[in-house]
Amino acid sequence: MLGTPAWKRYNWRVIWLSLLYAAFLLPAVYGFKHALIPGGFRYVVAVLPALPIIGIFAALGRYLVEEQDEYVRMLMVRQILWASGVTLSFATVWGFLDNFGLVDHADGYWLIMIWYIGLGIGGMVNKLTLGASGC
Amino acid sequence: MENRLRILRAERNWSQQDLAERLEVSRQSVNAIETGKYDPSLPLAFRIAELFTMPIEEIFVSPSRRSSAAI
Repeated sequence: MLGTPAWKRYNWRVIWLSLLYAAFLLPAVYGFKHALIPGGFRYVVAVLPALPIIGIFAALGRYLVEEQDEYVRMLMVRQILWASGVTLSFATVWGFLDNFGLVDHADGYWLIMIWYIGLGIGGMVNKLTLGASGC
Repeated sequence: MENRLRILRAERNWSQQDLAERLEVSRQSVNAIETGKYDPSLPLAFRIAELFTMPIEEIFVSPSRRSSAAI
């Protein structure tokens, strides 16, 4: 773990966004479960928990801009490329399996989980090929 | 890229961490450059050259010159 100043700022942003995510999600789940949310407002409440997740992606982009250590930045870019490649590959394979009726439909937000797994795979690849796992 | 960074650092009794702090990069970066796993950007290469008060080409071996020397 390197803990560059930019990485620390990223971590703080993620912590705050995660708290915001919980603050949006828990009332939304409760509200939908007990049918407390009226009409069109349901769309707003349903989308609210997605916003902090989008914010985390933006925070990652901000981190890449703020990171002053070019080598560490390159390691993260490699991880992001692995994460994106793994996610797109998984979505493609699942899409074909789904089309031929071999698997069930999957919720779209699972792709975010796959993406973060891909980020971990990218870190392992960095460790294996460059001997460094980045932040 | 082949370079003399490790030798120059050793001549000054600097650890990788010492050099990293002087260059304002991580120790991992210094290690990656020393071992040739990572080629620094031109601005970082200039910072390294200015730190050692040497021209860049006396620290980093040009890949084209290296291949012509091998011939």
